[in-house]
Amino acid sequence: MSAPLFDRLREQLSPGEAGQEGQPSADMPVICRGVQHQVLVFALAPSAVLPVARRLRDDFGFDLFLDVTAVDWPGDALRFEVVWHFYSSTDKVRVRLKTRVPEQAPAVPSLAPLYGAAGYMERECHDMYGVTFDGNADLRPILLYEGFVGHPLRKDYPKQKEQPLVPYLPPQSALVR
Amino acid sequence: MSAEPALRPPIANPVRNVLTASREDTSIVNIGPSHPATHGTVQIIAELDAEKVVRTDVHCGYLHRGFEKECEDHTWHNLMPYVDRLNYCSALINNFAYCDAVEQLMGIEITPRTKYLRTLLAEYSRLADHLTCVAAQLMELGAMTGFLYLVTARDSIYEHLAALTGARVTYSYGRLGGLAFDVPAGWFQRLEEILKDYERYIAMVHGLVDRNRIFIDRMRNVGVISTKDAIHWGFTGPILRSTGAPRDLRKDTPYLAYGELDFDVPVGIKGDNYDRYYVRMREMDESVYMIRQLVDMIPDGPIMVDDRRCVFPEKELVYTEIESLINHFKLVMEGPVVPSGDIYVAHEGANGELGFYIVSNGAGQPYKVHVRSPSFVHMGGVHTMLNGYQLADIVTTFGSVNMIGGECDR
Repeated sequence: MSAPLFDRLREQLSPGEAGQEGQPSADMPVICRGVQHQVLVFALAPSAVLPVARRLRDDFGFDLFLDVTAVDWPGDALRFEVVWHFYSSTDKVRVRLKTRVPEQAPAVPSLAPLYGAAGYMERECHDMYGVTFDGNADLRPILLYEGFVGHPLRKDYPKQKEQPLVPYLPPQSALVR
Repeated sequence: MSAEPALRPPIANPVRNVLTASREDTSIVNIGPSHPATHGTVQIIAELDAEKVVRTDVHCGYLHRGFEKECEDHTWHNLMPYVDRLNYCSALINNFAYCDAVEQLMGIEITPRTKYLRTLLAEYSRLADHLTCVAAQLMELGAMTGFLYLVTARDSIYEHLAALTGARVTYSYGRLGGLAFDVPAGWFQRLEEILKDYERYIAMVHGLVDRNRIFIDRMRNVGVISTKDAIHWGFTGPILRSTGAPRDLRKDTPYLAYGELDFDVPVGIKGDNYDRYYVRMREMDESVYMIRQLVDMIPDGPIMVDDRRCVFPEKELVYTEIESLINHFKLVMEGPVVPSGDIYVAHEGANGELGFYIVSNGAGQPYKVHVRSPSFVHMGGVHTMLNGYQLADIVTTFGSVNMIGGECDR
């Protein structure tokens, strides 16, 4: 694993002796959570996502956008945790960014202006969790269909719920007229 | 005939079309989702200028079955069959990537025999997957003979894997901490026979199509993508390598036994359909080379680790010993204990980076299982390879992307 790059990232992105604990705030928008299972993890304030992602791409060579998804923690004040993964194909390491957003306004900045791949994956995350990505003009459903009500991967969406596109008909037999 | 037929509400078109004709002389056509030339259920809305594709809007999701929601309702063991059905052409790679993620979260190190066996089977699956992809690609161009040669080779692999796992396509062979069972007697002898057959067939396919005028005309300079664009749009796997970038997770971040193997990473020249065809053909040769090395490397020893948190006790002990009975009961009813935390583990799937992002809250069921499936990401960027070429080239380019509906739509 590329320890020097991780050290540089840690120093430059979260200056000051950032502890492992605590939530990012306005005066400390980037907190380094250390290397977890070979991935360097940063917790960010939502406003810091775009500048940090831009620095990752331009200054540190994280050229491949791997993934964006969300984790639902119902009951927390900041209910949705949005998680990004980036890969540097020169240094062959991964970085994870995390941010928390409230249920009332689950909005994070879109990374589609930086990475083309982000556009499609943000559509999926929007489908599944209802997180909006400001700056992504195309948030049409991708895995679900137009008119689907709700966000199925939220923990309060019942697994058995059905939304038939075609109304059910009573079973008919050819023998019954 | 007297009564009025009851009017049912019309079925709305599930996809809102964002494409309106940008010029007066173009037309919008809809290809798919159920079209014989698309491998999976995928819809392409294309704006055409005569036969030239101006813009495309690729829409997937027709095979969405709630994989990630379903995972949250099953124990860590029980979702193994669901994982199989992501990429059903190389189900074992999915199995092992998922097992690897959970094992790393639990801090389990698999036994040497399992490590080498998993590497061998992952390469064997990659061979089957690439055979399927190239065969389908040839068939779409009308090269029926090449298709039959390749599918013959693939079918002997499928039957050989059925002899090992009991299933032809979806194996459910991985287990947390090991494998379902050991290799049966005589399996490696048959393996060598199949590899010899493979070499015979692949030589014939090379002879049939490599320098075939029709094939080259349809493949060369069609669906070109540059390395820069490929990375920008998140392409990985054979598509990225066809652009000339030697990016392969087996080399870059070695996992399983790949660090000890000798193999090359074949790359293309300019990232067109022909390069993608040839990269796959060369990768299959490398896989065979790796399998032959691995056969000699596999040590004797146990298949499963000795870890009571996830490995089932021997059946005999379950019936005779109270501790094992309780162990068995708790593993079935509550599921294995995976410490809370999250992890992202990626393996080099047949189509690209197959990543599992797994969150555990310490329960017997996953809190979240997210799959970074290469096919889905590729669908987000495939329009760059379709725009500007002919309508008929959609078929070949799409074939060379090898979109697998199961992992794309989850």
